[in-house]
Amino acid sequence: MGKGHMDSKERFAIALAGNPNAGKTTIFNKITGERQKVGNYAGVTVETKTGYSTHKGVALDIVDLPGTYSLTAYSVEEVVARNYIINENPDVLIDIIDMSNLERNLYLATQFIELGVPLVFAFNMSDIAKSRGYEVDIKMLSELLDVPIVPTVGHKDEGVDEMLDAAIAIARSGKAPKPAEVKYGRDIEQAVKKIIALLMPNKKLIEKYRPRWVALKLLENDSEVRGEVRANVDNYDEIIAEVEACSKHINTVCGDQPEIIIADRRYGFISGACQEALVSSVEVRHTTSDKIDSVLINKILGLPIFAVTMFLLFQLIFAFGNPLVDLLDSAIGSFGAFVSAQWPAGADSLLRSLIVDGIIGGVGSVLVFLPLIVLMFIVVSILEDSGYMARAAFIMDRIMHKIGLHGKSFIPMLIGFGCSVPAIMATRTLESRRDRITTIMITPLMSCGARLPIYTLIIAAFFSQKIGGTMLWLIYIIGIIVAVLSAKLLRITVLKGEATPFVMELPPYRMPTLRGILTHMWDRSWMYLRKAGTIILAAAIILWVLTTFPRKTEFDVDYELLGEKARAEYLAEASTLSADIKDLRVDSTTLAEVLDAEIDTPDDVDTILARDAAAGAKVRELLEMRDKIIAARQEYAIAVEDEGLQEGTFEHMKREHLLEENLAEIAATNPELYPVALELIDDIKSKYIDDTTGIAYRQMEEELAYTVAGRIGHTIEPVIRLMGFDWRIGTALIGAFAAKEVFVAQIGVVFSLGGEVDEKDKDLRQRLQSTYNPLIGFCIMLFSLLSLPCMATFAVTKAETNSWGWAFFQIIGLTVVAFIITVAVYQVGVLLKIGIS
Amino acid sequence: MISESKKSLKPLVSVSAGSDVKLAIIDAGRELKQRLANMGIMPGCLLHVLTNDRFGPFVIAIKGSRVILGRGMAQKIMVEQ
Repeated sequence: MGKGHMDSKERFAIALAGNPNAGKTTIFNKITGERQKVGNYAGVTVETKTGYSTHKGVALDIVDLPGTYSLTAYSVEEVVARNYIINENPDVLIDIIDMSNLERNLYLATQFIELGVPLVFAFNMSDIAKSRGYEVDIKMLSELLDVPIVPTVGHKDEGVDEMLDAAIAIARSGKAPKPAEVKYGRDIEQAVKKIIALLMPNKKLIEKYRPRWVALKLLENDSEVRGEVRANVDNYDEIIAEVEACSKHINTVCGDQPEIIIADRRYGFISGACQEALVSSVEVRHTTSDKIDSVLINKILGLPIFAVTMFLLFQLIFAFGNPLVDLLDSAIGSFGAFVSAQWPAGADSLLRSLIVDGIIGGVGSVLVFLPLIVLMFIVVSILEDSGYMARAAFIMDRIMHKIGLHGKSFIPMLIGFGCSVPAIMATRTLESRRDRITTIMITPLMSCGARLPIYTLIIAAFFSQKIGGTMLWLIYIIGIIVAVLSAKLLRITVLKGEATPFVMELPPYRMPTLRGILTHMWDRSWMYLRKAGTIILAAAIILWVLTTFPRKTEFDVDYELLGEKARAEYLAEASTLSADIKDLRVDSTTLAEVLDAEIDTPDDVDTILARDAAAGAKVRELLEMRDKIIAARQEYAIAVEDEGLQEGTFEHMKREHLLEENLAEIAATNPELYPVALELIDDIKSKYIDDTTGIAYRQMEEELAYTVAGRIGHTIEPVIRLMGFDWRIGTALIGAFAAKEVFVAQIGVVFSLGGEVDEKDKDLRQRLQSTYNPLIGFCIMLFSLLSLPCMATFAVTKAETNSWGWAFFQIIGLTVVAFIITVAVYQVGVLLKIGIS
Repeated sequence: MISESKKSLKPLVSVSAGSDVKLAIIDAGRELKQRLANMGIMPGCLLHVLTNDRFGPFVIAIKGSRVILGRGMAQKIMVEQ
């Protein structure tokens, strides 16, 4: 669109509306193509879609309103849709109507007419209707309603151009249909008249809304409209009094609440209109769908088919997702290392720590989830678009109902076994806010994948192979049981209310389109990044601050001194080494000097060796052999790790033999020197390395204890002692808040093993075994299961509930529950002397 | 215009598959009644019961679409046959 032509070009704002499943989104996609974006209405998790297009030289700004059955105040989608129409005043609204459901779709259409917005109707899926002999006299209906009607077949792109033509024509004329007034019967019409009389003097209100629409809405007990009226009139009390009086009267005379009578009359009107306009009235059947359903939701096969399908989809998400997550993880790790290398080695830069550990680490923890989220959204889109979601919700409903949840709660909970973050986002399909919040609150109890490293570590340290499997299973089951009980508890207390009765439209099955799936997936993934990303980033930085400050400058132990001692020992032993070997004439002084130089000033090595040719040559020979041996061993170690070789397997044995052959070759070059080189490596140098790393980690541990996080660990120790925990576990748990995987690394640091350990580390296991006992181990697992959902979960909960209150409630609630249960288990265990050996 | 029907009413949940019934009363709160009304389910409407297995789904056809109801819901709807 050329900038110069902006003035002369016509530009119209078009809104698309209609029932869910009417094909609105397909048409929207067809018109706007790539030029669309998704956002959120302020403060609300209903998605808005806007897009651009040009049609015959006219610029169009198009909004895809949420699909609704009506325009009441009872659901966010409906309120959003009608507020858009009232506040934004689109030039024209196109109502996409599913022809196979004409009456119900027209129910919404008549309300648009009553709103008074310029209208065009698209009778969509007209191909299906035609093929079933369902013919409507469109011309007649159009005249009756005073709205242009265009037949369309959205997914085949038929009729869309004509639809836009009609829309532009209406937009140009600015003409709203003279409402074919639905007459609601004498009693209601009288009431409406009285209420309008009281509304008229209020100019502000009348300018914005059609009086008849307001009157009807007030009778329908619409809370939003009430609010608007109160804000814009002077005689609110008078009006409300009249509304109440009329309501009572209608109830008595007509036998039901006004809104029901109104709905009834609306349908009556539509029925009449359709009867007039229907050329042939062969009932539209969902034949193929019914056939499929007879298998998919029949009472015997339904549940098993569902279970298998869910299992497969679950596997799909995590089978494809986890490798990608690992890939991202290492990519981010490499990036972090690269950035870190920009500073000189050994530099103690705060900035570097902030950027590498805090920010890259923090942002990384957001990005890392992305493959899982994307895949989850793809799967959910397919389920929704195909229509299977309604069936699945029904099948699970009976079970969920007993817990006080809705059938649709099942899928988020299932996804929660992999990761809570996409699971909580998947709760969007729940219509009732109460159901949604309950589900979100208990989703973290579905033990997520990130907790597995913790379980693996603990189980390997404390439980034998046989019990290990059972323990793991036990943990998962406990999670589910606590979730069920929590749901019930929530339903009785904070989220009171009858379980929402199950009513759901069963749309005919249809083939999801690739474009539809990709669009949904992209929209939502981007939202995840934006929203969760900001909070997670902030929390990561805060956590970095907590685990870094305050910095200790004066240590309890003089680490530098220790370091020097270790070095001196190393060099001294190297000297004694050569004193043992009489004939080799390896000069001990030179050797010690070279070893010393190797540490700090490797460039000097050659200079030293060059001073005395004979002695230098011998030392060099020794060192070269040493290096070759180290290289051979490393080759072996890398091969075993890369190929994941297990001890005792053929492959592993082959590798071992290869190593032995290599070493034999090296030994053959100088058999006398060989054992010396070995001693240098295995006894002397390894000890030095152990010493120095030990010193470094001890220093880290002391630093950690000094930081805020460490101090918190110490401070909460008395409390967590009730669960059998000490300050070390406490500090590790604080780290675990960032991401569960951090627990293992933090425990490593706390035990002076450094943060590079993972759950397979033998040393870590041993340290745990000697410090704690199986009961405590079990309690660690229990507490990790039930408490402290990770930062990402907190962020997403806040985003999806749109409330800090619920997010904190979740954390605090879960932690309190976890604490109580773990304390109980520990104390009982101690009392009964279980597992404390 | 209070309708006094002498015909006996039965809960929807007891209607066998394949029957056509007329909805008489919905025993539910205001919000739920309106939600149902929006889908066309309200006193006076004609329903066709498609499936009603004891442990399976309860599906009705109304105004050209299919709606699946929980048993609890189907118990609160009184119809005349």
